[in-house]
Amino acid sequence: MNGASIRPLSRALTRTSLPWRSSAPAVISRSRQYSTHPANAKLNLPTDYSTTPLLAHSPESALSNPELPPEARNGTTKRMNLFQAINDALSTALAEDESVLIFGEDVAFGGVFRCTSKLAETFGGDRVFNTPLTEQGIMGFAIGAAAEGMRPVAEIQFADYVYPAFDQLVNEAAKFRYRDGACGRSAGGLTVRMPCGGVGHGALYHSQSPESLFTHIPGLRVIMPRSPLQAKGLLLSAIRSNDPCIFMEPKILYRAAVEQVPTAPYTLPLSKAEVLKQGSDVTIVSYGQPLYKCRAALEQAERDLGISVELIDLRTIYPWDKECVFQSVRKTGRCIVVHEAMVNAGVGAEVAAAIQEDPETFIRLEAPVARVAGWSIHTPLLYEAFNAPDVASTSPRLLRGMVVAC
Amino acid sequence: MAACIGTIDVNPGPADFTSTEHQHPRHGSSISQRPDSKHVMFPGALKSAFSNTMRFEQPSTYPALPTYRIVDQHGVVVDPSFSPDLSDDEVVKLYRDMLAVSIMDLIMFDAQRQGRLSFYMVSAGEEAVSVATASALAKEDVIFCQYREQGVFKQRGFTLNDFMNQLFANRKDPGKGRNMPVHYGSRELNIHTISSPLATQLPQASGAAYALKIQRMQDPSVPPRVVAVYFGEGAASEGDFHAALNIAATRSCPVIFICRNNGYAISTPTLEQYRGDGIASRGLGYGIETIRVDGNDFWAVREATKKARELALQDGGKPVLIEAMTYRVSHHSTSDDSFAYRARVEVEDWKRRDNPIARLRKWMEARGCWDENKEKEARDSIRRDILKAFSEAEKEKKPPLRTMFEDVYEQLTPDLKKQMSELKSQLERYPDEYDLADFEGGRDSLVK
Ligand SMILES: Cc1ncc(C[n+]2csc(CCOP(=O)(O)OP(=O)(O)O)c2C)c(N)n1
Ligand SMILES: [Mg+2]
Repeated sequence: MNGASIRPLSRALTRTSLPWRSSAPAVISRSRQYSTHPANAKLNLPTDYSTTPLLAHSPESALSNPELPPEARNGTTKRMNLFQAINDALSTALAEDESVLIFGEDVAFGGVFRCTSKLAETFGGDRVFNTPLTEQGIMGFAIGAAAEGMRPVAEIQFADYVYPAFDQLVNEAAKFRYRDGACGRSAGGLTVRMPCGGVGHGALYHSQSPESLFTHIPGLRVIMPRSPLQAKGLLLSAIRSNDPCIFMEPKILYRAAVEQVPTAPYTLPLSKAEVLKQGSDVTIVSYGQPLYKCRAALEQAERDLGISVELIDLRTIYPWDKECVFQSVRKTGRCIVVHEAMVNAGVGAEVAAAIQEDPETFIRLEAPVARVAGWSIHTPLLYEAFNAPDVASTSPRLLRGMVVAC
Repeated sequence: MAACIGTIDVNPGPADFTSTEHQHPRHGSSISQRPDSKHVMFPGALKSAFSNTMRFEQPSTYPALPTYRIVDQHGVVVDPSFSPDLSDDEVVKLYRDMLAVSIMDLIMFDAQRQGRLSFYMVSAGEEAVSVATASALAKEDVIFCQYREQGVFKQRGFTLNDFMNQLFANRKDPGKGRNMPVHYGSRELNIHTISSPLATQLPQASGAAYALKIQRMQDPSVPPRVVAVYFGEGAASEGDFHAALNIAATRSCPVIFICRNNGYAISTPTLEQYRGDGIASRGLGYGIETIRVDGNDFWAVREATKKARELALQDGGKPVLIEAMTYRVSHHSTSDDSFAYRARVEVEDWKRRDNPIARLRKWMEARGCWDENKEKEARDSIRRDILKAFSEAEKEKKPPLRTMFEDVYEQLTPDLKKQMSELKSQLERYPDEYDLADFEGGRDSLVK
């Protein structure tokens, strides 16, 4: 026997004799194994990315974005998913600035999520390369390169694996400029990319959304894009920014979120939130993937309750756009913050506290600020559908917000 | 004394030497040196001779460390001093363990492709490393795995039902449905539950070994025990690897570091992982006894581990490093397509050239304790047993929902209790929005 003979043998076997060949089709079986949506659900339906108003489904809607520069607005668009848009931004950055370097684990063959496909072939192995398997090493290496004038874009394979790099990020990248003082050096050229968030079956170590660990650190700019168009512009801004940026990519969107993306290079502003939908009765503040669930929940609530909901994407989670949120809450008098990460000491806590600390906003509040977020637990395999915010957990908060107010 | 870098001076009293530290000749205060010595008197290098020629050491001038082998690819014994210490039945049992793992891997890989489970990792080509090392350890020894060591679990008595319960995350899974498939663990078998973050298990193994050592010092009736810890050559690039070896050496911990060097870390080949002589050369740098073995040679791996265990228990305990050279025949995991970064022919060549199961089989056949019929009977019965365990496990209920809140702390906090009842009312208010049918006890498990 040799290895080659094993495979066909088992194939033959699994084809003929497995008792489970005759049972329900694979798709049904999968939904029984890992929580997706139940048969009679009306609220917790899978996100329909092909119709959501959060994505630009036509070139016109993409090009009408007022934040785009004229070159982009007068140009063309291309349908891209999130990983293709990231790839497009990286490729643009490599082409326009020779100080840009891209590296990390398995980056050379395109990365485990395909974000760096073809970059090594196009721009050469000196600028796009694999590192040994060491996150602390990757981060220290990136900081050193940034301190000597390069613009490294380091990839951490999963946000769950960023912790070995925590020391370098918190004690070094964030404090570099402060420590150097009048000497004037910084690690500002640094951008760190990492996929984050749940996908339904990532369990403890392929689901985490650790943004609030970084939003606690002055000196780091923490960004999470909601869509391909946003990702391209925000990532280019992050790379060009002279502050160290942590760019967190909701990995469930890599393939799922597809939209028309302007082909010309463009940046979108950091530390600026965006009002995605105007409304007058309640403000939802969120970022990343939960925005899609918020969007579905607010449609439901507007239909059923006759209320009008405003939706804000923070985009940069720290330093965040307080003025945008305050203005909205002064108008609506109610606010719900939604995120996937644990509720305790999360971004929701920061936003809620800031709202009640701002005298002009506090006095307009008609209900306490609510948080819809993950429970204070780790991210367990089987229970993701009961942990992450969903439509059914967001819309009753909208309702409750109204009841409290009446 | 002013506060010095690295410490704020809070405890200026005399250094507190423990009894074990006194035994170590390298302690700074014990250095004494004759005048005009030919050797260095720096505390950092005790036996370095002075030299009057300036020479940078060239790694390339040192031959690569040898790879120990007992049985070659043809099943022929090449170490004349070797005589098997196992009965034929015992060898057959271990052979069947390797076979079981390889058959389970194929079935589960296909099952993943059919959507029956979310994820799987096979250990094809590396079965000997795990089964043979485990066979040389004692039941009381403590083990930390990476994730590609299902053979360790099998050898130590993890049943097919145990594997399947974990893979299907059902209510019999000791991990309570929280972990991804292949993150097995067993208290009974002294194997810690697998954790995805790479290399974290390595310094933990050093600490666990120190615990075993101290416990035996404190109570000599405890049997001598070692810790065995498995890791890939990729994981060995993590800071934790270096920390683990160094701390184990300085604290003389009875730990066996077992590296599976299979040529790849996902897509990254060893050439981009390190430039030294594999992982073994690093052991020497940390002052650790080290051997490199042919990881596809069941007997070499077993004999090396037996000896390593003996060494680890000598002189009050010490670390040992084994680097087992092998090849990752399959994709990294079900999420990976390795032909995106390595040629099919490379894999086909390897499969043709060498396979640990085939090698042991040849040895057994030459010895006369195995033949084609036995092979067929073994494969058929193993396969039947796996499929039986598979369908039983798949039918089982899932653990109760409340387990998502438990074990975060030893006891539920007031916060968690409140969250649990919030979830309960959410599920009551929206019964159609959540699928509870599979979970034992439905939403009622969420009562305080
Ligand atoms: C800290 C950390 N970084 C990255 C990963 C992602 N990852 C999982 S397995 C793997 C490759 C490991 O290679 P190796 O140690 O050689 O083991 P092998 O898969 O070859 O058995 C990587 C990068 C991880 N699990 N943990
Ligand atoms: Mg490897």
